[in-house]
Amino acid sequence: MKIELIVNGARKIVDVEPNELLINVLREKLGLTGTKYGCGIGECGACTVMVDGEPVLSCLTLAVEVAGREITTIEGIAKDGQLDPIQEAFIEEGAIQCGYCTPGFIITAKALLNENRSPSREEIVEYIKGNLCRCTGYINIIKAIQKASEKITKNLYK
Amino acid sequence: MRADYVNLVNTHIIPVEFTYHAPETLEEALKLLREYQGQARIIAGGTDLIVDIKLRRKEPKHIISLSRIRELDYIIEEDSGVRIGAATKLRSIEKSRIVYERFEALHQAVKSIASIQVRNMGTLVGNICNASPAADSAPPLLIYDAIVTAQNLEGSRKIMMRNFFTGPGKTCLRDDEIVTEIFIPYPPRDSVSSFLKISRVGMDLAKVNIALLLKFNSNVVEDFRIALGAVAPTPLRIFRAEEYLKHKLLNEENLKKVEEIVSEEIKPITDVRSTEWYRREVSKTFVRDALNMAVNKMVIK
Repeated sequence: MKIELIVNGARKIVDVEPNELLINVLREKLGLTGTKYGCGIGECGACTVMVDGEPVLSCLTLAVEVAGREITTIEGIAKDGQLDPIQEAFIEEGAIQCGYCTPGFIITAKALLNENRSPSREEIVEYIKGNLCRCTGYINIIKAIQKASEKITKNLYK
Repeated sequence: MRADYVNLVNTHIIPVEFTYHAPETLEEALKLLREYQGQARIIAGGTDLIVDIKLRRKEPKHIISLSRIRELDYIIEEDSGVRIGAATKLRSIEKSRIVYERFEALHQAVKSIASIQVRNMGTLVGNICNASPAADSAPPLLIYDAIVTAQNLEGSRKIMMRNFFTGPGKTCLRDDEIVTEIFIPYPPRDSVSSFLKISRVGMDLAKVNIALLLKFNSNVVEDFRIALGAVAPTPLRIFRAEEYLKHKLLNEENLKKVEEIVSEEIKPITDVRSTEWYRREVSKTFVRDALNMAVNKMVIK
């Protein structure tokens, strides 16, 4: 069946099977391979994308279920060639090692900072509970999100 | 969602074909469910169903989605309680002011479920219809005496939460019924409720979870309700412990007795998440901790 998706602001018409997962449509039909496949059962958060601004797991979402909705993937986070403050902070804080979990983390962090510009450390830890990283031990990821929060707040008052 | 599933099968794709239906009204959904009775599954969030299908634990020929049925997404306050629709996401319940203020144990339980991503997808009704013995929302709904509304083409019926679960993954729902809402009556004024769970890491299903409600009349316990999950084939109200503590003082002797009754009434198993012995032991401690939590809340209030 043909469905319409708004992916990173652009309207896309894709032909999908009822049993096709959103992650596979993004990666294979739209060439957006930034979103990563991890555990496949909702434990690791590597496949996190936003649907209408809310982070969800694209590996447990039927593409047909999100017909007509707005999808944001990691490819849609930078604007006009300019990295998002969260992306900058991840680089600056060394919050990336192998990088596989990073797109999921950045999407989740983006959703968090959209909701709450200055989260406490505890709020950050709670919010990223569904994203697993097997390299960094999370310390630098948390630091990066804190730094991104500072960048965003500072920018607002510039 | 379950640790014992990991990497047993390739789960990149869904290895089962089905027809997808996205009705826009409840009426339409009920008709589809009747038409494909026995071969259809309802999907609301999909966080349990899709995993089960990927692993071929379930192979429905038809999937009927509730995601387009606007009339099922609500949290409505009434004089006697709150009504929550079948398509209402866990995240909306977590953010609901009234749930936070009046149903503390439910708020805590919902907040503790998996992750933000899963709570953005999953629903409260889905959590109970999946009927995991470890469902975190079940103990709170049990202590609040929630009432489930199930509907088919002929009409609707009300099911007391305590009669809803019949076994692991099993409920008393018929093949042609959809749970349309859960009604949760307000707990008595001046009562407090608490929820606790223990799991290996935050994302895991509970090894044991517990919800209880407590109300004093001067020093004497006037109302006491207690329910545990993951310690029996279904989430369980422990009525014998409730009866024992009512009209008594909450002292060390009575507390010990309540712990003892709870550990006698539960029927835990040994599985990947825990052993029977551990569950029995930790349940006792949990009764004590949850009661302490409730008493502390009362002092703060």
